[in-house]
Amino acid sequence: MDQILGNISLLIQFPVVNINIVLQGVLIGAIFVLAAYGLALVWGVMNVKNLAQGDFVIAGGYASWWFNTNLGLPALLGIPLAFAILWGIGWVIYKLVIRRVIERDLFTSLLATFGVGIVMAQSMNLLFSADTQSLRLDYDSLDFFDNLVNLPIAKLVGAITAVSLAIAVIVFMKRSRMGQAIRATAQDARAARVMGIDTEKVYAFTFSLNAAICGAAGAIIVLVWEIQPFFGMGYSIRSFVIVTAAGLGNLPGVIAAGFGIGILEQFGAHIFGISYQQAIAVLLLLMVLIYRLAQQRRNRQVLQ
Amino acid sequence: MNKTLLYIALLIISIALPFVFPNYTISLTAMWLLIIVSLTWDMTGGQMGYNSLGNIFFYGTGMYVAAITGISMVYDVGQYTSAAGGGINNFTATQYFSGLGIGAVAAGIFCAISAVILGYLLFGLRGPYFAIGTLGVAIAAGELVSNWEWVGGGQGVSLPVYPGDLDEGKFFFYYLFCTLGIATFIFLKWLYSTRFGAAINAIRDDEEKAEAMGIHTLRYKLVTWSIAAFIVGLAGAFSGYQLIQFEPLETAYQTINLGIFMVVCVLLGGKGTLWGPVIGAILFHVLKEVTWTYFLGWQWVALGALIVVTVVYFQDGLMGWLKHVRPEWFGERVEQKPGSKPSSASQAEAAQ
Repeated sequence: MDQILGNISLLIQFPVVNINIVLQGVLIGAIFVLAAYGLALVWGVMNVKNLAQGDFVIAGGYASWWFNTNLGLPALLGIPLAFAILWGIGWVIYKLVIRRVIERDLFTSLLATFGVGIVMAQSMNLLFSADTQSLRLDYDSLDFFDNLVNLPIAKLVGAITAVSLAIAVIVFMKRSRMGQAIRATAQDARAARVMGIDTEKVYAFTFSLNAAICGAAGAIIVLVWEIQPFFGMGYSIRSFVIVTAAGLGNLPGVIAAGFGIGILEQFGAHIFGISYQQAIAVLLLLMVLIYRLAQQRRNRQVLQ
Repeated sequence: MNKTLLYIALLIISIALPFVFPNYTISLTAMWLLIIVSLTWDMTGGQMGYNSLGNIFFYGTGMYVAAITGISMVYDVGQYTSAAGGGINNFTATQYFSGLGIGAVAAGIFCAISAVILGYLLFGLRGPYFAIGTLGVAIAAGELVSNWEWVGGGQGVSLPVYPGDLDEGKFFFYYLFCTLGIATFIFLKWLYSTRFGAAINAIRDDEEKAEAMGIHTLRYKLVTWSIAAFIVGLAGAFSGYQLIQFEPLETAYQTINLGIFMVVCVLLGGKGTLWGPVIGAILFHVLKEVTWTYFLGWQWVALGALIVVTVVYFQDGLMGWLKHVRPEWFGERVEQKPGSKPSSASQAEAAQ
């Protein structure tokens, strides 16, 4: 308790520390936005809630890490490579599992993807061992306010990559034929089929794209933080927090919520200690759910 | 008459099992645990239509409450847990059994109350939101308990060993779980035959209509979940004493092990039936033991794949399949075409 009060008073006495925490939160938030955007895409288009989202992220991280340590490829090249590999993995998982659960009730897809997540996490554990891994970019770090605020350039590069990937995906969704087909399918799958859109292809494409986005996010994470086979659940939960808080089909909301949870988590970790980070993410999920529930209850409705 | 014989035979088998396979007593105890948690999961998941992924919360909480209650009757808890494994576990037989008994009751009641509180917060969530919300509760509880030094933090708690012969202890816990399992089964068999059972089935089929028919749905949901929580809390309490040493994330709040196994067991056996969870749990336990033996190292991957296959390809479960093939066994009348022979599956389908 004393420690918590001490941490809070530190924040009040040295306001610059707040800037540092906000900055770290924004940098992490950029990654969360990517994973959550992928989840919102799959959720909106094919009504599948993917609990293996975080495991895709971690798999992308391991793909990038493997290429760097075993083949000596430059670390930044890992991002497009992870994108490509996870595209393939996503496609295989779509064909094997997801295709058969789209039409079923939502609990089925939730449970099936949970199983997929277990298989992925355990396979990674066997293939790459349970140690945490990371790649270090040997960039400097920018310091401000007598070293109270520091901004590692590696993290900045990671965040910029994440943002540019997000922009690329958004432009793709808005402009390309495939993006249009995806949006049409999301609005009304049956009507889209009638109009001659091959919805099966759209679904496969969407799920693979989601996996690929997550893979790229993982490749960024391995550059600036660290990965471990069982870290996936945390990212899945965070994606759910963000999408639930933002509401479906609300892109600005997803971006705002992503940065918001990044910042809140950093403040929480600073105040309560780093070992509470996972707990904070989950508690945020519960708070968001209960808040949304209270909102619905006012209209005598339920969250479904 | 036939049914009574069947039940008596099953009862005799469950009592005789540890004598027939004395080397597998621990594994058989684990099977009973799986049956208990599957049966109680089916109360909300199968009969009421609320798929919880967080029933493991009650298992872990029961484990902790029972252990802390048992310890606090003899020692100061903070001192005891901080010395974890440091040697102060001198419990007399009386202290041990009263700790287990009172601890288990306390665990059950605590879990039932927490189910009511959580239910007030979460029962407005439907479908997948309820599943994710309850999963969140279980994960959050595990993370918070692993940061709580008073109850041993991430290291968990170590409890006294069974006072007496080690084999006797194994038998003791087998019959403890066996009794709880049979009691749960009989209780649920009775419960599902009452108006209460009909009411929760109505909630599953159409909650709005059930509400319109005058069923106080929230009250029914809270009662159902707290009964389930009570039983799971007892099972958790017994498990804690059986395991002796347990820690928060991998044993008590084991979200991805037991927490997901119970759901798979129910799906494997057949959702919303009385026998489904039992059969599913036995089948799953056998499959699990086989994978553990033959897929060394890859057992988890095999088990995850089993979950996916069950969910995707075999979701109606064994009972659902039987119901489809032999509807007359379930008391469903099959209209026969005049002149056709009775009790043939393909004809039954054609007649429908």
